[in-house]
Amino acid sequence: MSQARHSPARSIAAHAILILYTVIALFPVFVIVINSFKSRRAIFADPLALPTPGNFDLVGYQTVLAQGDFFQYFLNSLTVTVGSLFFVLLFGAMAAFALSEYRFKGNTLMGLYLALGIMIPIRLGTVAILQLMVASGLVNTLTALVLVYTAQGIPLAVFILSEFMRSVSADLKNAGRIDGLSEYTIFFRLVLPLVRPAMATVAVFTMIPIWNDLWFPLILAPSEATKTVTLGAQVFIGQFVTNWNAVLAALSLAILPVLVLYLVFSRQLIRGITAGAVK
Amino acid sequence: MGALTLTNVAKSFGSTDVIKGVDLQVNDGEFCVFVGPSGCGKSTLLRMIAGLEDVSGGDVKIDGVRINDLAPAKREIAMVFQSYALYPHLSVRDNMGLALKQAGVPKAEITQATDKAAAMLSLGALMERRPAELSGGQRQRVAIGRAIVRTPKLFLFDEPLSNLDAALRVQTRIEIARLHRELGATMIYVTHDQVEAMTLADKIVVLRAGKVEQVGRPMDLYNDPDNTFVAGFIGSPQMNFLKSGALGLQSDTLGIRPEHLRLSRGAGQIPGRVSHVEKLGGETLVYVNTDTHGLLTVRLFGEHQYEVDEAVGLEIDQSRAFHFDAAGQRLR
Ligand SMILES: Nc1ncnc2c1ncn2[C@@H]1O[C@H](COP(=O)(O)OP(=O)(O)O)[C@@H](O)[C@H]1O
Ligand SMILES: [Mg+2]
Repeated sequence: MSQARHSPARSIAAHAILILYTVIALFPVFVIVINSFKSRRAIFADPLALPTPGNFDLVGYQTVLAQGDFFQYFLNSLTVTVGSLFFVLLFGAMAAFALSEYRFKGNTLMGLYLALGIMIPIRLGTVAILQLMVASGLVNTLTALVLVYTAQGIPLAVFILSEFMRSVSADLKNAGRIDGLSEYTIFFRLVLPLVRPAMATVAVFTMIPIWNDLWFPLILAPSEATKTVTLGAQVFIGQFVTNWNAVLAALSLAILPVLVLYLVFSRQLIRGITAGAVK
Repeated sequence: MGALTLTNVAKSFGSTDVIKGVDLQVNDGEFCVFVGPSGCGKSTLLRMIAGLEDVSGGDVKIDGVRINDLAPAKREIAMVFQSYALYPHLSVRDNMGLALKQAGVPKAEITQATDKAAAMLSLGALMERRPAELSGGQRQRVAIGRAIVRTPKLFLFDEPLSNLDAALRVQTRIEIARLHRELGATMIYVTHDQVEAMTLADKIVVLRAGKVEQVGRPMDLYNDPDNTFVAGFIGSPQMNFLKSGALGLQSDTLGIRPEHLRLSRGAGQIPGRVSHVEKLGGETLVYVNTDTHGLLTVRLFGEHQYEVDEAVGLEIDQSRAFHFDAAGQRLR
């Protein structure tokens, strides 16, 4: 068993597969980034070539920074993502705790109901959501997006976190109860720190679709003041002409903040994914 | 200041009855051990006393006051868990002092209380460490210290030694016995290990499938068991059960402890063949296969030489035999 795991042939094969996958996954990103530094002519002449001193051009970045309020778009994206993430983790963890910790009528049913959201895409409800937002005057606010994304993220969060919370020692929680800790203290001080890796996993899986989403910003908050980066980048895509330099530059810039957030969570993430698998 | 009374206490999870009407009186200062096979409801009963599990029926009283609906922290109890259950983010000192801190006790008093408990358990050098930096035995001592600091009316232990290795288990067992003598507090201790029960208890409660089979002092249970279950559970190696009919007796089953069977070479009252011999130095256990009674255990003191498959005879010391009816109840 352990011999098989350490055999060089297997290890090479595993790494080869992983490297191949990494290359395939990163290739589009790579193409976007290299082309964002090239002149328009060079992009079309040879999309896969690296920028050379001859065709190096920052016009895309200049356009992005000059036109529109890109800094504002970034801020909007970041506000929406971080805000939704906060609520998803908070409410998701609380629901997961209740489901895993307390015995009450309909516990299993409630868990299933919450998990249903994983399978049914929230976009099916777009029309109703839009009506709701119009009625409550939330159209063209970031609040609308945060609410929708929170709803979108909670099912997966509850599902993953309740599994992890079940594994937290019951004795530990009971020791806290005997020592007079409130249920909130037990949740925040004892349980949450122990499921931190799972929280990071949920954070990453929740954050990326939110950051990349075009649908809800376009429908619920298309105003200049509430545009997100992905929506902002669309101004460069026209029906007749597309400013590819600007689009690529905007997309390249949009990668950075998620990358930073990802790096923040990734150490925990790896522990989360391998938890239980490796003792 | 720590007498526990259970009256007809019951617990069911959904439709399964786990505790089926338990009556029990534990006196102040007594060391009471709940013992029984795994899954018989010992932990559930203990958790009900602690208030961690609500009571489906009956009354739980401490010093005559009904505490069924009192929160665990208000019951003036302390509990030591099998898995230690130390707070991973707190130092040993803070682990021990948390309950007092929650109760709003002044800092100086908390320090005094934790220092006193630490001295009792020689934890002095470990006070600033985190639980992760302690060995299993040290962790359990801290957990016991955490219980002592609260000066509770009732100490509850749920298999506190099960995660320790054999040597440490004996050592910690002795330590718990010493603490009981020094503190004079009421202690309730759950274990599936009858040796722990016999060595620690003033009073043993034998549980089976959520019911009390017998309550008594260790030697009372050993010398005067009420039924085959208690007779078989208390004492190691287990009591031998023989078919009375084959021996020409009135009862259904005859119980005899391994040390009260006499072994002789060649034929005897009950003929058999040696199937296995265990030499432990101080004693020798001989397992004898018989046609009518199955495998019987004989305990001989000192070293003895028997060969596997050797023909032997067994004789019963009738004055030490117990008689049971078909339902397993003792005939006296
Ligand atoms: N939360 C629960 N839900 C359903 N059944 C339970 C629960 N806790 C314990 N039980 C059942 O109650 C019985 C007694 O459990 P327990 O008190 O832990 O036994 P012991 O400590 O004697 O080994 C077991 O059969 C167990 O399956
Ligand atoms: Mg148990």
